[in-house]
Amino acid sequence: MSQAPTSINTIQAVNYALDDAMAADANVIVLGEDVADGQEGGIVGVTKGLSSKYGTSRVRSTPISEQAIVGAAIGASMVGMRPVAEIMLMNFTTVAMDMIVNHAAKLRFMSGGQTNVPIVIRTMTGAGFGTGGQHADYLEAWFAHVAGIKVVVPSNPADAYGLMLSCIRDDDPCLFIENMPSYWNPGNAPERGVAIPLGKANVVRAGTDVTVISYSRRVQEVMAAAEALANDGIACEVIDLRTVSPLDTDTILTSVAKTGRAVVVHEAVKPFGVGAEIASRIYEALFRELKAPVQRVGSQFCPVPFSKPLEDAFVPGVADIETAVRATLE
Amino acid sequence: MNAYQPPSSEVLVDIYRRMTLIKQNDERFRSVIKAGKLVMPYYSPRGQEVIPSAMSVCLTDDDYICTIYRGVHDMIAKGVPLKALWAELGGRVTGTCKGKGGPMHVTHPASGVMVTTGIVGSSMPIANGLALAAQIRGESRVAVAYFGDGASNIGAFHESLNMASVWKLPVVFVCQNNGYAEHTKYAYGTSVANIAQRAVAYQMPGVTVNGNDPIAMHKAAREAVDRARSGGGPTLIEANTFRFHGHVFGDPDAYMDKHEKAAWVAKDPVPLFRQWLIDAKHATEDQLAAMESEHEAQIDAAVEFTLSSAFPDVAELARDIFKDEVIA
Repeated sequence: MSQAPTSINTIQAVNYALDDAMAADANVIVLGEDVADGQEGGIVGVTKGLSSKYGTSRVRSTPISEQAIVGAAIGASMVGMRPVAEIMLMNFTTVAMDMIVNHAAKLRFMSGGQTNVPIVIRTMTGAGFGTGGQHADYLEAWFAHVAGIKVVVPSNPADAYGLMLSCIRDDDPCLFIENMPSYWNPGNAPERGVAIPLGKANVVRAGTDVTVISYSRRVQEVMAAAEALANDGIACEVIDLRTVSPLDTDTILTSVAKTGRAVVVHEAVKPFGVGAEIASRIYEALFRELKAPVQRVGSQFCPVPFSKPLEDAFVPGVADIETAVRATLE
Repeated sequence: MNAYQPPSSEVLVDIYRRMTLIKQNDERFRSVIKAGKLVMPYYSPRGQEVIPSAMSVCLTDDDYICTIYRGVHDMIAKGVPLKALWAELGGRVTGTCKGKGGPMHVTHPASGVMVTTGIVGSSMPIANGLALAAQIRGESRVAVAYFGDGASNIGAFHESLNMASVWKLPVVFVCQNNGYAEHTKYAYGTSVANIAQRAVAYQMPGVTVNGNDPIAMHKAAREAVDRARSGGGPTLIEANTFRFHGHVFGDPDAYMDKHEKAAWVAKDPVPLFRQWLIDAKHATEDQLAAMESEHEAQIDAAVEFTLSSAFPDVAELARDIFKDEVIA
């Protein structure tokens, strides 16, 4: 390994995780549209270099056939391979839903534990690039609603690395959601080979007044809001979920029991979202201890718009988060 | 590839053994369900016995199959033990899947039954994956995807055949064309006269075969399995057959042409092949009668085993979601 950089972006982080996993285990394979170097190692280059290093038998560019991609990953995984299947964009998972929901998530249960599906489905999404209504949705709540699939939502490069290692090593299917517009944002470099456990949230900022729970890209906005609020003497405790399913309810409740106030922030549209589930869990456990209603911050309930002013208004920004936090203090 | 060798008497009788075992089990399933002793959605494979029987004598326990809700014949032909099969269909904890899968989701890896799907067309993408693993590892295993004529109209069929062809996967796509997609007659919903024609679009061999003729079916199976095993890539077999009963048990099948059905039932492949084996001196009446009698005893034991087995504990609801039980 050449000299390790101290700062990397998420593209490099996921690439390192795939590289390290492939080097460690010959059963790890990568398949998806354009993933091999002959096709430029993926549309943003996440898989660049892997096929040159490990060969095109293990790193396969596929036809544009999302059902066949996920199906091939499922079948191979059932007999001991560790496939990482790329579904280029999260909206494209909708054409592979049968394979993901009816098969990947359920085969362990339906077979009474005789088979399992240790696949990782990598996908990217997120508003901000003007890709409009079919390339930027956050659909994590759809998958979190299905028993049998883990939903992993890293917010920064180092987490992306450590969580990807865990996903590949995990014996169950994992959906790994990468935020596209923040792919190039730098972050701390991970320690190579060290995995981050799934299902454990990370308290990324300690505070006493309000608990703010978020994940994926929006953690970056939440941290900016928390910094601004601190100038007004409001101490936010920020929880980065890292994994939406399984959900680390304990970490959430421990924090909210302390602060008595909670705000949930995600980029997915607000209705029927992960925020609703988290709010319910807080109410079920801590109703009497709450000092204010739980606030939910999500994108507006409409398709992701194209025009820049609309797109900017669609996603929750720092100001929206600040407003929600202040609302819990009124 | 070697020229096709007609099957020996031993193989012919083995094909019949599987065929009659399917027929005998099907008859018992229907009578037990009708008597109210077991409750399940049951998709009778009666009339389609030849196809998986002739396929399975060309496969080993190391070869994989992925089948569909009308797949109990495929499972029996591949060798799923009857007690565990019956108990699974009965929802008992002693079933292949602890009663958690049921008739549409039987899995039995020891006999190579990797997936049974209730979703039309979904056996094919997963069979590709099983074949892909074998290819990457340099194993000689073959994967078979069973599906019906209706499934050739769903996207998964087209994606899977294309990918299997591009990657030369060791997979055999076996379409059991029984003339009906649920309640809809073949020609009403399918653009081609024969499904095997669709293989042309994916640059793989496509053969239409009389799926009720054990020797013709065996020849098609042998060639396709040998091709897959030797690195020659996938084959699409369209095996023409007929479903003697409605889509699901209890279905009055008013949409089926009575004369057409009567004509197929009159050519029931199981008794016809039985008589042919005897006439051609591949087997004796006594030998086959003893085999059938032994099957009845096995089925008696499987039914008894099922009815005396416990249902799964409700704690099973929390198991097998993930490897470890987790609170969602």
